[in-house]
Amino acid sequence: MTARPERIVVVGASLAGLAAAHRLRERGFAGSLTLVGDEPHLPYDRPPLSKQVLRGLCTADTTLPRHPDLRAEFRLGRPATRLDPAARTVELGDGSRLPYDRLLIATGTRARPWPASEEAALDGVFTLRGRDDARRLGARLQAKPRRVVLVGGGFIGFEMASTCRDLRLPVTLLVRDAVPLAAALGPRLGGLVGEVAREKGVDLRLKTEIERMEAEGDRLAAVTLKDGERIETDCLVAAIGTLRNVEWLDGSGLEADAKGLRCDAFCRALLRDGSVAAGVFAAGDVARWPNPHDDDALVAVEHWGNARAQAETVADNMLAGDASAMRRHDHLPDFWSQQFGLTIKLVGLTEGADAFAVMHGSLEERRLVAAFGRDGRTIAAASIDSARWLPAYKAAIRERAPFPPIGDALDQTRIRVQDP
Amino acid sequence: MSGSTLFERILDPANRANPYPLYAEMRKTPVARQEDGTYVVSTHAELARLISDPRISSDDLPDPRKFRWTGHPVTDLLVRPVRAEIRKRHRPFIFRDPPDHDRLRAQVMRCFTPERVRGMRDKTQRITDDLIGKMRGKGRIDLVDDFSYPLPVTVICELLGVPPEDEPRFHGWATQLATALEPNQRDDAETQARNEVCFNEIADYIRDLIKDKRKAPQEDILSDLATDRDGMNDYDLIATAVLLLVAGHETTVNLITNGMLTLLRFPGHLERLRAEPETAPRLIEELLRYEPPVHYRTRLALADIPVAGTTIPKDAPVILLLAAGSRDPLRFPDPDRFDPDRPDNRHLGFGGGLHYCVGAPLARIEAEVALVSLVRRLKGPSLVKDPPPYRPGASLRGPRHLPLALEGVADE
Repeated sequence: MTARPERIVVVGASLAGLAAAHRLRERGFAGSLTLVGDEPHLPYDRPPLSKQVLRGLCTADTTLPRHPDLRAEFRLGRPATRLDPAARTVELGDGSRLPYDRLLIATGTRARPWPASEEAALDGVFTLRGRDDARRLGARLQAKPRRVVLVGGGFIGFEMASTCRDLRLPVTLLVRDAVPLAAALGPRLGGLVGEVAREKGVDLRLKTEIERMEAEGDRLAAVTLKDGERIETDCLVAAIGTLRNVEWLDGSGLEADAKGLRCDAFCRALLRDGSVAAGVFAAGDVARWPNPHDDDALVAVEHWGNARAQAETVADNMLAGDASAMRRHDHLPDFWSQQFGLTIKLVGLTEGADAFAVMHGSLEERRLVAAFGRDGRTIAAASIDSARWLPAYKAAIRERAPFPPIGDALDQTRIRVQDP
Repeated sequence: MSGSTLFERILDPANRANPYPLYAEMRKTPVARQEDGTYVVSTHAELARLISDPRISSDDLPDPRKFRWTGHPVTDLLVRPVRAEIRKRHRPFIFRDPPDHDRLRAQVMRCFTPERVRGMRDKTQRITDDLIGKMRGKGRIDLVDDFSYPLPVTVICELLGVPPEDEPRFHGWATQLATALEPNQRDDAETQARNEVCFNEIADYIRDLIKDKRKAPQEDILSDLATDRDGMNDYDLIATAVLLLVAGHETTVNLITNGMLTLLRFPGHLERLRAEPETAPRLIEELLRYEPPVHYRTRLALADIPVAGTTIPKDAPVILLLAAGSRDPLRFPDPDRFDPDRPDNRHLGFGGGLHYCVGAPLARIEAEVALVSLVRRLKGPSLVKDPPPYRPGASLRGPRHLPLALEGVADE
């Protein structure tokens, strides 16, 4: 494992894969570099897909910039189908075999499909993950559907709802939970965003699920909710989460399941016996790694910033030689979203939060920085239209500062700790 | 001054020409306590963090009599006859905290419209051409006195709406204000007296100018500010006008002078700029990292702030040594190399956080027009003295003079 690598294969030609490739070249890797992608497209950017692309402000061609000297071979439109870690080869869908000295697994996630496959197949039922999804859905929205029904109470659902309102389309947003965005923002902030969405004309339904869909021929015509209400619609988007692309690793001995591909702190993939799979690394949405900001709890973070940062850690570690020269991945998750005229930023992970405090601004003004605590420590912070102090909170989270973290500060009134 | 501590050696004018080795030493202790209780922060990550920390105040700056590194809060003198509490309330917004800072800054930002700033390019070019034209027939010039000084003050006069006939008076005041900003000069009784006369003159002048603008508003910043519906009162207006004059002036002088000095030290980059003027924007960003006009800013800790293993205690003065952060090898590979092609060049040249330089877009335009014109039109420029003599200040750092030998001046 200490010999300098000559052949590096990256499975997954999206943000993490490309960022790793760039970093490898920047760090002087001169050997052969192959990027494998199951989609036919060169690496592209996803965040605009649920916003600008759907609004028709730009085309779905959001190809990421590539360094002119990248000297990488792209194997596109062919998924990897099998990994043999002992032989150090990856097999592709076309039967070809790629040998590697170092392998990066960055296969990411795919949209969770609508569970009833006949309904999912109806014309007018969409998911949104890739460029082609965005192109198809964007075209449908431009054609002015009578009503858009969105299923899912996460950021993608809300961003799409916001886009639909920008396009002046009637939109119903169905959320299974009692509070929208609660998993990421907690009930108070999630509730605030829900309120704004309603003011902007979104028909937001909480604690609601679809019982069944109705079709006219092969076209979606209406949905019936569990409470019996029927909503006519010709366009439904299921934003009900993601699935990790790990099936191709079956039989490889790697520890991979629905929660992701398990890694150590240096992002090296682990075998089921807990040992390191020689030369195999992981980055991005698919990687599940011990988060130093959360007592080394295993997390997989589906954020743009993490994909890039983790790819860079991996690239460095691939070239580091042995573990003593590797660095651990200690990226603090951060995330931002724009919807309904609000800019929402989040650092850290709010999971398990037991305390919440507005640190600057107020819920009433809808301009604020809030902090989240767990067991007396600061674990996350979020801002709405007011990110100026967020870097300080980021530092407080890294330092696991006592909660609430930053007192006697500018632009701050009395801090009241409450439930999230 | 036998520099006992590292930071004292940085302040020592003897080390002005090349403080960077001292900065490298300084960075070994990212947050360093000084004997007088001041904390000096010198590494990029810590600077980037503290510059956006709500426990760091720009108001209530430390007493300049106690801390010798403190710059002169010019407007303190400017409104000297006014009671202390009013004086404090009407500091320019660079020395204020939210919410007052935000209100005043927002009013100024509304005046710095992108169209207006872009419109300054042609004017800057015209002033530049004028100044270079005057160098004809000279075998030797002082870039500072002949060019870098008059250019920005003329630009800011135009922006503020100072009538052209009054510009010479403004030039005089600007020079005097620059002297007043030097910490090392302030104990001199004669300078003090001169400063005071100058401040009273400029305050009276601006007060009158504001009256005129209210009666007959024109297309300029002072007219906009004076007629703003939720406008500033006169104290704030005067403080803001002086701030724009000083901040928009002193710094740009140094940016242009440092720029030419750097280009003459690296003739390859000078030739490249001459041949490819479109590379100017990146070159200027690198200049802002490599030879920034502002080397440090001062702040005050409002609470105990733990950072990089040290706790800055409540009420401690804090020095943000931005220029050291912009040469931090942990952030910029090979930081002492001047490399305009540097990717990801997020320097601290314009500061950061809520006090990020309002004039940044204007400064970029001025530096771009100035440097491109200078390298295009000056024939065979060479440094007469390297390093040139520096002004004593460590905060706003730049050559006092930059004598250049010329073979001639090309036509426009």
